[in-house]
Amino acid sequence: MSTQLLYGGAGVALCVLGLWAFLVHRPLLRKLIAINIMGSGVFHLLIALAERDGAPPDPVPHALVLTGIVVAVSATALALVFGRRLDEQGGVPEDER
Amino acid sequence: MNGPARLLVALLAAALGGLLLWVLATALAARPEPALAEAAFAALPLTGVGNPVTAVLLDYRAYDTLLELAVLLAALLGIWSLGPPAPAYQRAGSALRAMVAWVVPLLILTGGYLLWAGGQVPGGAFQGGALLGAAGVVLRLAGDPRAGLPGESLQRLLAVLGVGAFLLVGLTVLAFGRDLLDYPTDWSKWLILAIEGAATLAIGATLAAAYVGGRPPGEGR
Repeated sequence: MSTQLLYGGAGVALCVLGLWAFLVHRPLLRKLIAINIMGSGVFHLLIALAERDGAPPDPVPHALVLTGIVVAVSATALALVFGRRLDEQGGVPEDER
Repeated sequence: MNGPARLLVALLAAALGGLLLWVLATALAARPEPALAEAAFAALPLTGVGNPVTAVLLDYRAYDTLLELAVLLAALLGIWSLGPPAPAYQRAGSALRAMVAWVVPLLILTGGYLLWAGGQVPGGAFQGGALLGAAGVVLRLAGDPRAGLPGESLQRLLAVLGVGAFLLVGLTVLAFGRDLLDYPTDWSKWLILAIEGAATLAIGATLAAAYVGGRPPGEGR
């Protein structure tokens, strides 16, 4: 139980840290890293909740996390390409910052 | 964002974190019985695979996984539509090249093993595909501009392979009077393996192409 709480609590902490960094920092790359840290926190939490003491873990959250990681990586790649294009065009316009 | 606003955000985030921790601790103390887990293990013999995570991904929630592959494809199409990739890195020195010549075949071999092992023990299409994608990343870092991927038309084929195989199997079982993606039990293992094989290639190619970060140079363009 306490291992589960520790692991899930670490997930909550990562999620909140990511949320804070996403709101406070302005550069797009930092926001992207912050979102990824939030996502990692959610994955932590799901894996912690899958634990059933003694019995084999619940496979459903494991499957969700597995697909979630791959989707997060590809969405990050898309966001990075968006950011690069934005830089090539001269960055975010002044009145939209 | 100025000083007081930063502090306010930090305080609110800390309050949210505390609330979530309290909810987590209360929920864990109540010792909920995950009903889905029992159902997932009980139906395992019907799926023909021994790894419950693979059974969830490719059988119980196959529709979900099909849509995940479609998300992957959509992300790649978005990347390709934003223009050509950044220029390749310079060709690596001989020490790195010698290591890449060892690492890439090993990654491909391990990816294939994970795909096969995924039927019984932890492993499967997503892990195998991630290793294939990593092989592409290593090749690109060592100076290969295409990250080891084939030409444009073949890349397009590889990118839709996962969704394509999934839909083909799903519609075929539909034609035989079953529900979409409701595999017959005798064939289940092999249908799942076929879908996983196609999905592994598609995931690996998509991740490597996403790392390249732009439309492949076309043959006729």
